[in-house]
Amino acid sequence: MYIVIENLLQRLVTGIMVGSIYGLLCTGLGMIFGVIRVINFAQGELMMLGMYATMFLGGLIALWLSVGSAAGAYLAIFVVAAALGGVGWMIQKYLISHVSGFKASQSDNQGHFAQLILTLGLSLVISNGALILFGSSPRTVQSPLASSSVTIGPFSEGDIMIFLNQARGIGCLVAIAVSIVLYLIVQKTRLGITMRAAADNPKAATLMGIDIEKSYATAFAIGTAATAIAGGLIAMYYPFHPYTGFEFVIIMYAGVVLGGMGSMLGAFWGGFTMGLVQQLSTYFLPFQLQNATIFVLFLVVVLLRPQGLFGKNVERA
Amino acid sequence: MLMPVTKGPQLAMIGVVSAVMALGSLWISDPYYQLILSTVPIWATVALTWNLFSGYTGLISFGHATFFGLGAFTVALLFIKLGISPWYGLMLAFIVGACASVLIGSITFRLRGHYFAIAMLAYPTLFIFLFDWMGWQELTFPIVRDHPMQFMQFKDGRAYTLMGVGLMTLTLLLTLFIERSRFGLAMMSIKQNEMAAQAAGIHTFRVKMMGFVLSGALGALVGGFHAVVLQVVTPHGVLGTVVSAQALILTLFGGVGTLWGPVIGATVLVPLTEGLRAELGHILPGIQGVIYGLTIMIVIVVAPEGLYWKVRDILHRKNSASPELKKDRKNITWVSDGAKRIQSTTTILRVEGISKAFGGLQALKNVNFEVYENEILGIIGPNGAGKTTLFNVLNGFQIPDAGVITFRDNITTGQGPHQLCSVGMGRTFQVSRPFLRMNVFDNVLVGALGVCKNSEDAKFLAQQALDMVGMSEMNDQSIQSLTNLELRLLELARALASQPKLLLLDETLAGLGTAEVDAILQVIHHLPSQGITIVIIEHTMQAMMRLVDRMVVLDHGQVIAKGLPQKVMNEPEVINAYLGKKWMTLHASH
Repeated sequence: MYIVIENLLQRLVTGIMVGSIYGLLCTGLGMIFGVIRVINFAQGELMMLGMYATMFLGGLIALWLSVGSAAGAYLAIFVVAAALGGVGWMIQKYLISHVSGFKASQSDNQGHFAQLILTLGLSLVISNGALILFGSSPRTVQSPLASSSVTIGPFSEGDIMIFLNQARGIGCLVAIAVSIVLYLIVQKTRLGITMRAAADNPKAATLMGIDIEKSYATAFAIGTAATAIAGGLIAMYYPFHPYTGFEFVIIMYAGVVLGGMGSMLGAFWGGFTMGLVQQLSTYFLPFQLQNATIFVLFLVVVLLRPQGLFGKNVERA
Repeated sequence: MLMPVTKGPQLAMIGVVSAVMALGSLWISDPYYQLILSTVPIWATVALTWNLFSGYTGLISFGHATFFGLGAFTVALLFIKLGISPWYGLMLAFIVGACASVLIGSITFRLRGHYFAIAMLAYPTLFIFLFDWMGWQELTFPIVRDHPMQFMQFKDGRAYTLMGVGLMTLTLLLTLFIERSRFGLAMMSIKQNEMAAQAAGIHTFRVKMMGFVLSGALGALVGGFHAVVLQVVTPHGVLGTVVSAQALILTLFGGVGTLWGPVIGATVLVPLTEGLRAELGHILPGIQGVIYGLTIMIVIVVAPEGLYWKVRDILHRKNSASPELKKDRKNITWVSDGAKRIQSTTTILRVEGISKAFGGLQALKNVNFEVYENEILGIIGPNGAGKTTLFNVLNGFQIPDAGVITFRDNITTGQGPHQLCSVGMGRTFQVSRPFLRMNVFDNVLVGALGVCKNSEDAKFLAQQALDMVGMSEMNDQSIQSLTNLELRLLELARALASQPKLLLLDETLAGLGTAEVDAILQVIHHLPSQGITIVIIEHTMQAMMRLVDRMVVLDHGQVIAKGLPQKVMNEPEVINAYLGKKWMTLHASH
């Protein structure tokens, strides 16, 4: 009996930690998808770049500042986020803007098809480029945190003990903090308001003097930075390789749709649900099926609540 | 460009391309080139089957690998576990693909646009996990020593290539046939505007499902065939995102929603991939992916709609580089009959106690009015008064919370838009989205499809509708060359083509200049004399006063006045709703 409870609690706690990180991952994508309405297939690859960059830069920072490898990696995550944010800005400004917005409004399907090809091509270039540069063998960010944990308990006269993996635990806290900051930026700042206006009605926003191309590029930059941070946090406990992006991009999109479009909170909770269900399912199902459960859940939600778990609008139903 | 053109030249082209591919494959005996050659028609077919649904309906699917993979596994499992020959396996793969499509479609059609596309990602992924778990990581076809032909094991690789070409030819013929059929036009009208298609009498769910099943069943068939050629099946190989992406890339590269796009894409890109892999793959792994990715990116920036359209546009420009921009267009002139219509007292539409709420917002509150046969009724009201919601309820997009709608003596509350269209209720939309790549006539033809059994009738109705709006001389004009006014008239003609008894016009005059408003008013003015009753929503008060026989004024979801225009406009409540209390008191003091 205690074993059952202990197992479930352990998975619940792990699920909450992983879920928070996935939440940030989906928040990043949700910004891009929500503001620009562009499906960016390269988002997973940008995350993968974030993972490699965190690994290399983390090692360098640890050497320069002579701090521990973990501290080096966490510092690196934010430098990498800024750099990849810049990359995201350029992708929107120099690539995607060619086939979206007013330029594409004259073509059939508003350039959606072209956007897909462009981002698919980009994802191929990045993932295969990474293969050339980094090789195909899986890598991890070396730090003691991945294999050390904090113990909670014992409860019930020593029968129940829960382990918190440190890499996941810190990742969870960082992810929640970053998500809150992003939320505040979007809700409270002038920047956020212009972005939301551009998302809601690009034409009206333009007439109000908002430079929507700039808003789009900013949203892309922030979204990419958020994804890069989440990628760095995942890299602290999960081995990655040049094709890791493919694995995650599906989870990211499923999370965004699951949560329901329109609000960043929806994207966060969508990702959170993904992580939580994925971890909990390992208790009931064989390991190979843990990712299958999240897609079954996803389809059930689509069937019962097309607007998503937390979405209000029925625009897509 | 679409219906009027005969299939002849395209049929000939299909024959030539297939013959060239088949002969080419017989010519080459080198096994390596033979393999590349056999992959081209297979991938062309995969892309064609994707295009058949996604290309024509505009509903992009990221999950075409589901069908491809299910087909491959069906054939492989039947052969390996039960010893059933792939000849039968392929037939079953077709059926499995069709069944899977019905199931997946009925779940996923609840979503639209990007959401549909993304949700489709879930299915192949799901099957990968499932098949991995079942222990089917790699299924290899056993080699049959006696009667290999009975199990589709040919010594000569050219046999596979020929079969692949055959499959591609069949799919091409089917696509051509569908593209020129009512069914094909119905799919394209969904791509253009699903709501408008419904309002034009098209049962969009059924059309989507038919396209999806066809695409899924053929996708499974070609997946099964691919498995036979390779003699090995792995979950990632046949269900991976790469398969779905390839179908999408080949089609979009060549030209989406076109007969030849997928074939062009496959012919250019498949040999490129294979060549790069063979030449560079072992020197620098990954370089082939980088080059491939860059190639498709560059091409799509240069030709966002695919190679097919780019080439066509360039050729077209060359051919008609001469200055004839058809400026000799006839000026649209109208003769006003001046006479007032005879008021009928027969009610064509009766609205009783209609209410509709969205969450806390009461969009319509106990709305009552009736429309008499052959009159023009105007519905006015400030922004947010519930005008468009009222239209949506009237033509069946939304079901009212309470109340009864009686149309032509039948209670129609709760009926869908396409049903209402078939009994004579037509509608235009505020935002019209014509087919940019079709000419004027074909755009109107789409409007007639929902109500006509055969295409000859549809053509007749389309022509009639164009005559009614005064655009009969402009059949062959491209949409891009139309003026704003002509686009509105086109939208009107499309609605008229479905032969409505009652036509709901949603802000047809918005954003037009005085002269243009006059022109449209003339057209609308003539419709009642041809047995068409009009209900029009409009902001432009002045135009409304000139056009309508009676008016209904909505404010905050309620009818606050109805009757003759002059009378209605003098009612204090209406002035209050429109111009505000301040204006009233100001003018009262004078």
